Amino acid sequence: MSGLSAKTRDRVLYLISPIGLLLFWQLLLMAGIGDRRFVPAPSDITVQFWTLIRNGELAVHTGVTLLRVFTGFVAGAVPAVAMGLLMAMFRPVRIFFDPLIAALFPIPKIALMPLLLLAFGFGDTSKIALVAIAVFFPVIVNTYTGAANIEKIYWDVAKNFGASQTVMFTRIVFFGALPMIFAGLRIALAVSFIVLVAAEFVATKSGLGYLIWNSWELLQVDIMFVGIVTIGVLGLITSALFQEIERKVIPWKAD
Amino acid sequence: MAVERRGAAIDIAGLRKEFVSGQGHVLALDNIDLRVAPGEFLCIVGPSGCGKSTLLRILAGLDHQTGGRVTVDASDWAVQNAMVFQDSGLFPWMNVETNVGFGLMTRGVSAAQIAERVEAALRLVGLTKFRRHYPHQLSGGMRQRGAIARAFVTDPAMLLMDEPFAALDAQNRVILQSELVRIWGETRKTVVYVTHSIEEALLLGDRCVVMTAQPGRVKEIIDVPFPHPRNLITLAADAGFGKLKLDIWRVLEEEVTRARAEMEQ
Repeated sequence: MSGLSAKTRDRVLYLISPIGLLLFWQLLLMAGIGDRRFVPAPSDITVQFWTLIRNGELAVHTGVTLLRVFTGFVAGAVPAVAMGLLMAMFRPVRIFFDPLIAALFPIPKIALMPLLLLAFGFGDTSKIALVAIAVFFPVIVNTYTGAANIEKIYWDVAKNFGASQTVMFTRIVFFGALPMIFAGLRIALAVSFIVLVAAEFVATKSGLGYLIWNSWELLQVDIMFVGIVTIGVLGLITSALFQEIERKVIPWKAD
Repeated sequence: MAVERRGAAIDIAGLRKEFVSGQGHVLALDNIDLRVAPGEFLCIVGPSGCGKSTLLRILAGLDHQTGGRVTVDASDWAVQNAMVFQDSGLFPWMNVETNVGFGLMTRGVSAAQIAERVEAALRLVGLTKFRRHYPHQLSGGMRQRGAIARAFVTDPAMLLMDEPFAALDAQNRVILQSELVRIWGETRKTVVYVTHSIEEALLLGDRCVVMTAQPGRVKEIIDVPFPHPRNLITLAADAGFGKLKLDIWRVLEEEVTRARAEMEQ
């Protein structure tokens, strides 16, 4: 491999483990080890993938899941950022909300699903609300931490140069906290997929979580895998997309 | 320049500042009396911990005194003061242009006006080509130029400078010192300049205040006799410069020794 650049070598190395695992898996089943009805080979999953894409079923479930994640994410993240910044700026706000956050943050959010079903019924709203709640906590904690750790000199400069509370909020605290806000949003993104898929297992007739759970009940293991892989791919794409947005929005963090 | 207005007049009387810390009260400034004339360049030197930065922060409105009185006469001026900090304090999330215009934006100046004045300020400090750069892309000296531009652009009646060049390398410091003198000469603002370098104080100041170690008091006020324009070479050639520098150094040394002895008791 001496002819390859270090970067290319890293890339090849990066791909060896997943590809190797798939090959190993495929060969094992082809050699007759394992039951293909319960553990489908990668080739079986690929065929099923293609079928579900062509009949449009996968697109429908993916679309529903993505819409719930997106709506819930926005609904949770926006107030979380605003409140996190207010907590950093105003002591009374911080003192008021601190115990609430400390008490509610550790509750596994999926435990709230029955409550949300009671409140919002079996439609999209209960799932969106769950995602929003799950997103809210990591984002508010990160936003507050980021804003509270803005170096003192920037507060001094802003004050000395006549910044009003509004300018302080929109030009100093928000941007100063932005790198940490993004770290929180990224955690929140992963969390929102986790809780949503879990919620879709039980409380709905659509979405990737439903696809997985339903195929388990019908013992269509290959479809189950299609659902799992799709979620993985969605996670990969959204997180890469996020990184791009971050690079655009936080130019001072680059190079 | 035809502008005849002069910078702020500052009158400090019986100024006192106590900090409350875990162990009790720390007296940082005690009975400071000081008058600064409009357009004067006043340097303050003192051992570290003598409260000279605290004095500046009180003048800047970032801290409040425990006792005494500070009167600043800056009628005719829209902006009373602007501060240049030791660490430039340029906001990392704004480019140079936005940073420099910050003090105008906060005061509701129109966008067109801001653009025009920022342009002039950038030219003044030689940062025109770097207007779209972010602070992390600039050297320390350039960041400090940005901080100076940000202060000057607001056209303050007094300029408060807290060891603005202390973190720079020797060459950059010399260049920026002479540029500061040039810009000041054009605008004739009142400058209060805190430094721990006697040389710098003698190079820049009309007068030089020597402060005592904790609690900070005014030990001596020295009129700097050397004619303007000054630079380090003409000063070094002046026999009076070495003597004055030594005199101030002795005063400071005595203060540092006293402070250390008190601390060890």
